Amino acid sequence: MQWKHLVIFFSLLLFVVGCSDNDETESVSSEASEPFKLGLILVGPRDDNGWSQAHFEGASHAIEKVGGEMIVVDKVNPADSPNITVPQVVDDMIGQGAQLIIATSDDMKDGILEAAAAHPDVPMIHASGDSAWTDGKAYHSELPMLANIMGKMEYGKMIAGCAAALQSDTGRISYLGPLINDETRRLVSSTYLGAKHCWTEVAGKSASDLKFNVNWIGFWFNIPGVTLDPTVVANEFFASGTDVIVSGIDTTEAIVEAGKRASAGETVWAVPYDYEGSCSEAPSACLGVPYFNWGPSYLDAIESVSNGSFKATFQWLGPDWKDINDHDTSMIGFLKGDGLTSENSKELDKFTKALGDGSLNLWTGPLNYQDGSSFLGEGESATDLQIWYMPSLLEGMDGPAE
Amino acid sequence: MFVRNDLLFLGLGILVPVCASMLVFLFVDAPPLRATELFFEGAFGSSQRMGDTLMIWVPLLLASSALIITFSAGMWNIGIEGQIIAGAVAASFVAREFEASTPVVLTAMIVAGLIGGMIWGGLAGLLRVRGGVNEIFGGLGLNFVATGLVVYLIMGPWSRRGIASTGGTEPFRPQAWFPTLDGLRVSPLSVLLAIGVLILVLWFLSRTSYGLRLRATGKNPLAASRFGIRTDAYLLLSFLLAGGVAGLAGVTQAAAVYHRLVPSISGGYGFLAILIVLLAGFRGQWILPIALFFAAVSMASFQWQLQLGLHSSLGGVIQGILVLSVLLLSGYRAISYMRKPISEEGDA
Repeated sequence: MQWKHLVIFFSLLLFVVGCSDNDETESVSSEASEPFKLGLILVGPRDDNGWSQAHFEGASHAIEKVGGEMIVVDKVNPADSPNITVPQVVDDMIGQGAQLIIATSDDMKDGILEAAAAHPDVPMIHASGDSAWTDGKAYHSELPMLANIMGKMEYGKMIAGCAAALQSDTGRISYLGPLINDETRRLVSSTYLGAKHCWTEVAGKSASDLKFNVNWIGFWFNIPGVTLDPTVVANEFFASGTDVIVSGIDTTEAIVEAGKRASAGETVWAVPYDYEGSCSEAPSACLGVPYFNWGPSYLDAIESVSNGSFKATFQWLGPDWKDINDHDTSMIGFLKGDGLTSENSKELDKFTKALGDGSLNLWTGPLNYQDGSSFLGEGESATDLQIWYMPSLLEGMDGPAE
Repeated sequence: MFVRNDLLFLGLGILVPVCASMLVFLFVDAPPLRATELFFEGAFGSSQRMGDTLMIWVPLLLASSALIITFSAGMWNIGIEGQIIAGAVAASFVAREFEASTPVVLTAMIVAGLIGGMIWGGLAGLLRVRGGVNEIFGGLGLNFVATGLVVYLIMGPWSRRGIASTGGTEPFRPQAWFPTLDGLRVSPLSVLLAIGVLILVLWFLSRTSYGLRLRATGKNPLAASRFGIRTDAYLLLSFLLAGGVAGLAGVTQAAAVYHRLVPSISGGYGFLAILIVLLAGFRGQWILPIALFFAAVSMASFQWQLQLGLHSSLGGVIQGILVLSVLLLSGYRAISYMRKPISEEGDA
């Protein structure tokens, strides 16, 4: 009796399948005359006030300029979307006529490599990856249309570290780290270099009085039960005497917690990360935010796809030093927050200017790794490869390096 | 009479959430008809998509098969998520440590997953039988322990070189991947495994004396023990078997879906399967279409985001409504049965 119902159910299902197959062929054949279609894959929600929102707004800006359309899928990670994989999303986006796919997370590396191998002719970008870097350690010469774009956030982080050191009373700066890899090691090291320089050279204090520690939550954002809770970690930092937290995660817990404590009368601040608008969570507790401005590079990519010149290039783009907050030209920006005193703000401008005109290169030796072994000898400057593939943290920093 | 009533509830179980979903679509200004169309298109619209739906169907079927065993013994196996994880961990261990040809590695992974799941299920059973710990609390606790274990492995001994991330382990060697057909992501092997296991479980419960005694234990433990059935042993057996079957879901998740170990390897499918089994009214054959329906909703929510630009949370809202409607209907069904005069109840 009941098996009969099952047979009916599956027959109906097959009928539906037969019908809907036609729909898809229609939608594919009508793609030629449509406006530019961009597929954007985000690891977090598009409104996270952090990493994913920066990509979303950058891509929206670019697609608006060319009058195109955007297909967005956010929260593509095993915790939020256990049944969606990157290759699956890419297949569907291509099925819908996407001419360029941008995968925007380090966590999507395996997935986008698989997708690029399955669709070798479709232009794709892995933002933050290194698969197209001919000199890099993970070069994939067999993927001619998978490009990489990343910003030289090292500069943004140096400015963040400087702001933290200038404003800190206790000399205890903590870094709220995501997971540990080459990228996060180089960014937290950059923060430390900026902090150390401004603590000793600008504020004229003793290097031994600066305490810089990092704690890693285990992923780019909070996954309850899996990562450490960034809210808890931020509060532990403050409870242990830290007065400035520099955030390295995709979301805004550090600035939110700093804001709560500041409004309760504590003298604490935070430097959020990734997204220009993230100080809005707690403006007066915010010293500023180093942010990515993905719009111009995504616009270039869209145009190169349109005119047929898109290639698997590796782009590691720095700030436009003429105006690091120029939305049309600068990949990396730093927007100062209300918490920064006007005096410190002026010092920060000088520091930024020195980074920009090349008179100050903080990646210059002597610099040692955390274990005391030599990273850069006296007067030696780090190469791009050395910075990108940072194997450890630097001497003077507390916290695990792997 | 009974069948008709069940069909009515099954119909309601589908109709009520669907209507509620329609209202949600109207609320967010999405065309409900297009959304419905996308439901079918997204889940079954092409061989690739159908395959992807089956990829979700497989762990749901396996987890449901596992739960049918413990439900038959009158147990709420909330620890199923942990058992899936334990199976995945055991299979990942084999995938990482043993180099051999694909059939050998996959067989070893399946056996390891079975054993891993049985250990985890057995622990919940032991806690219940020997420790007097309610299986719901024991299971929940073991779920947390399993998650802790998998995060520890991924961040510690099994971490990628130079990386400490909960993102997952290095992908397995290709020998440890379930084979797929050209152009499809789903592995026919995992589909066959899931259907085969469901049939085996139903056969065991309905056609063997062990199954009969296990069901007797579930229906009335006191009466069963008076008949000389060692109810404790059968409770433990149900957890061992359920754990083993759930462990297989972990194997397919690791070897056929992610090809590596990730913290959320169980994907919440264990909890979803509880609802499937409830909705199926513990009748095995209904698990097939109901699990397929749930898998289809998961696929459709992706299409709603992709093609209608709906917020990604909306899929979760719809699933939440589905789940709540099912719970509500199950509750209502239980109440309506209780209110029925004894003469109408018939035999169970």
